Amino acid sequence: MEMLSKKATCKSHGQDSSYFLGWQEYEKNPFNEDTNPLGIIQMGLAENQLSFDLLESWLARNPDATMFGSNGGSIFKELALFQDYHGLQTFKTELVEFMAEIRRNKVRFDPQKLVLTAGATSANETLMFCLAEPGEAFLIPTPYYPGFDRDLKWRTGVKIVPIHCSSLNGFRITKAALDEAYDEALKLNLRVKGVFITNPSNPLGTTMNQDEFNHVISFAVSKNIHIVSDEIYAGTVFDSSKFTSIIEAVMDRNLEKTDIWSRIHVVSSLSKDLGLPGFRIGMIYSNNETLIAAATKMSSFGLVSSQTQYLLSKLLGDKKFTRHYIQENQRRLKKRQQVLVSGLQSYGIPCLKSNAGLFCWVDMRNLLSSNAFEAEMELWKKILYEVGLNISPGSSCHCTEPGWFRVCFANMSQETLNLSIHRLQAFVTSNGDGNYQNQKLSTRISRRNSLVVS
Amino acid sequence: MEFSLKNEQQQLLSKMATNDGHGENSPYFDGWKAYDSDPYHPTRNPNGVIQMGLAENQLCFDLIEEWVLNNPEASICTAEGANKFMEVAIYQDYHGLPEFRNAVARFMEKVRGDRVKFDPNRIVMSGGATGAHETLAFCLADPEDAFLVPTPYYPGFDRDLRWRTGMQLLPIVCHSSNDFKVTKESMEAAYQKAQEANIRVKGFLLNNPSNPLGTVLDRETLIDIVTFINDKNIHLICDEIYSATVFSQPEFISISEIIEHDVQCNRDLIHLVYSLSKDLGFPGFRVGILYSYNDAVVSCARKMSSFGLVSTQTQHLIASMLSDEAFMDKIISTSSERLAARHGLFTRGLAQVGIGTLKSSAGLYFWMDLRRLLRESTFEAEMELWRIIIHEVKLNVSPGLSFHCSEPGWFRVCFANMDDESVRVALRRIHKFVLVQGKATEPTTPKSRCGSSKLQLSLSFRRLDERVMGSHMMSPHSPMASPLVRAT
Repeated sequence: MEMLSKKATCKSHGQDSSYFLGWQEYEKNPFNEDTNPLGIIQMGLAENQLSFDLLESWLARNPDATMFGSNGGSIFKELALFQDYHGLQTFKTELVEFMAEIRRNKVRFDPQKLVLTAGATSANETLMFCLAEPGEAFLIPTPYYPGFDRDLKWRTGVKIVPIHCSSLNGFRITKAALDEAYDEALKLNLRVKGVFITNPSNPLGTTMNQDEFNHVISFAVSKNIHIVSDEIYAGTVFDSSKFTSIIEAVMDRNLEKTDIWSRIHVVSSLSKDLGLPGFRIGMIYSNNETLIAAATKMSSFGLVSSQTQYLLSKLLGDKKFTRHYIQENQRRLKKRQQVLVSGLQSYGIPCLKSNAGLFCWVDMRNLLSSNAFEAEMELWKKILYEVGLNISPGSSCHCTEPGWFRVCFANMSQETLNLSIHRLQAFVTSNGDGNYQNQKLSTRISRRNSLVVS
Repeated sequence: MEFSLKNEQQQLLSKMATNDGHGENSPYFDGWKAYDSDPYHPTRNPNGVIQMGLAENQLCFDLIEEWVLNNPEASICTAEGANKFMEVAIYQDYHGLPEFRNAVARFMEKVRGDRVKFDPNRIVMSGGATGAHETLAFCLADPEDAFLVPTPYYPGFDRDLRWRTGMQLLPIVCHSSNDFKVTKESMEAAYQKAQEANIRVKGFLLNNPSNPLGTVLDRETLIDIVTFINDKNIHLICDEIYSATVFSQPEFISISEIIEHDVQCNRDLIHLVYSLSKDLGFPGFRVGILYSYNDAVVSCARKMSSFGLVSTQTQHLIASMLSDEAFMDKIISTSSERLAARHGLFTRGLAQVGIGTLKSSAGLYFWMDLRRLLRESTFEAEMELWRIIIHEVKLNVSPGLSFHCSEPGWFRVCFANMDDESVRVALRRIHKFVLVQGKATEPTTPKSRCGSSKLQLSLSFRRLDERVMGSHMMSPHSPMASPLVRAT
């Protein structure tokens, strides 16, 4: 008899992906300015480390967040005992206001429709358990976050069918791609339960435009399926006027009183916007009461620590602080992104034009020895072991075209970013694959440039 | 209109989202609703329902709060601890902070009197013990596979092990005639029954110290269990979340000691669940631990822990606290003393009015024997009695039926989640109730009750019925409200 379950022995956890293998190599030889200056620089982890000084100075001014009030009273005991899966009401109230602030207050959220979960990882899995039976499918635009293979499929048995997006139009979702994905699912005998979008996109760093919203919403309406919108990077949009939440998009089409309203579900988290991935603060937001009831019960398997809920309720309750933080954080991200983009551009490596995220989607097709994923892997390994940069290959994100890489820029100091650009530049200029590369380089640059403008 | 909307919802969402697998329709949670709508308070609501259905440990918060005040570096929000803020806040490695794992392993060793060692590299985090159980079920069993579990058992297991995993739980029926001990015969019988029904048994789920019994398993029984699972080549999940709530003899023996000292077995079959929710009284912090002797399970469970990691803010606090070994020694012994005192106060108080309890040496509750107060020996009668206790005596206790007990008349009563005054009030109410019953009944057999008392009981039940729930007798529908305590 097989001693462990099929889930335990299969590879659906997705950790054999190059996305995670790169991290492992980084762990074995991590860059450190002083102690290991030749080590691998981690550019495969989408973290936001740019604004901790703001958080730390807030803490210094607000000792009440420690669970001992300024009048000497303690709520330690109440917090230690608080395991209500509805969550701390004050925290949820502040959280929805923060979410609204990020969306320019174009959308208001009701704390009663919010479920707290241990990170967006848990939120996404819980949604799959609630929306689909094992063997049913969700359509997801490529390229997508590698973690979805584990989060959405592993223990739920749900399938992912890709909506293929192409560099020819800046990887935008088209009606044709949606229809093609749906037909593919039918061919595979899979019942489609919904579309899963990430907006802003990981790994692209772009926000969905009006056309894309129209295609996705019309599609979901006509097929009578769900839309899950993972909006965890909403607070990383450099120019907030360019971000539209799915909820706003549906309201703009006056669909609140129709069926689709109860089939829209938003996932969010404080891991990217506030840079607090260790605290495991995720959430599901939906107008579907039955879903909220079920997801709330399921959150028992991954509640947010009450200690953390309390700290965040205080932090987010300081509106002056949150407004300043959102603005300043966006400013710093924009600046960082520009450093990376211009640094790469100057050596003929273009990036997809982006306005959000903690990473760039970098076009290294002109560095490939051939237009194939084997060549992409070859290039990736060179960059990992010889150049010493852990970047994420497009194949790990299910991109259909070889040669694209996700490069993170917000999880390191300015100096380290400069160093990584310098290393990459050195690699490009002394790329030992012969004249073929160098000769074709200039023509390729101009052709590629015309394609990446979104 | 309403019906078709509900129907539509059921098609829109998965079966899992719309079935009863969450288990909240169990009577276990109904009493909490009564408490929630009329909670006891010494001055504001002295006639309210006293919560005795929630196994929480509130007895040592004075010591813990003092420690937190004196150790500001344990919090990343204080001036002393803030320098760790960023490092802690960005740490999302599912291995957990090394100092956290080390401190937890050490604490587990301490609780077992340093009779065994735990390897911090086998410590896997989870979303409470709730998450640990589900993760183990996902790792060890495929849908339709079964685990055997001795009755009575914690109602949450039905949800934690079965709801999203598709696993089954099959009872090993235990009886009051031998103090609900697990016997070789009962284990074999349960296993054979599964074989005959063509159900694949993948493991055995044990709770030691037991919830709801409060008993610790003796060495012989533990050896029998390990021998049994080893012979059948099935897994053993041992939930030891009450291990530091032992307050008297006999002492707690962990399964880790048995496999270390008493019997040879395939260690790949042994897995522990632990948490700080009961021993330390920190259910809000969601510190669940899965410990396995099986490398493949550790590896798989660790990946799955992504779905329920412990907040690093909390890991940091716990690491600091648990590594203060002198303090933890003090907590363990003080908690023990206070639990013993509380337990004694209650059980002696009940004995005074002829109410027996199962002899126990651990847990935050005791197993109360109200069989002689039943109108007849049926679960229907147990439910009637239970409703009277909730709505008239105003105590939320948990009926044995919700723990899958095979015999009616037993109730779990929690005692560590209240202050001393509430204890006195609860005892007064029980005394009064029992004495009133006692006046009307001869405490020998149910048949000898005189007619008028029977009328009295059933009249009060009917009044209750009309006022509250209509004609549902066995399992009234439970509300959607959370059965868990809200913070003030």
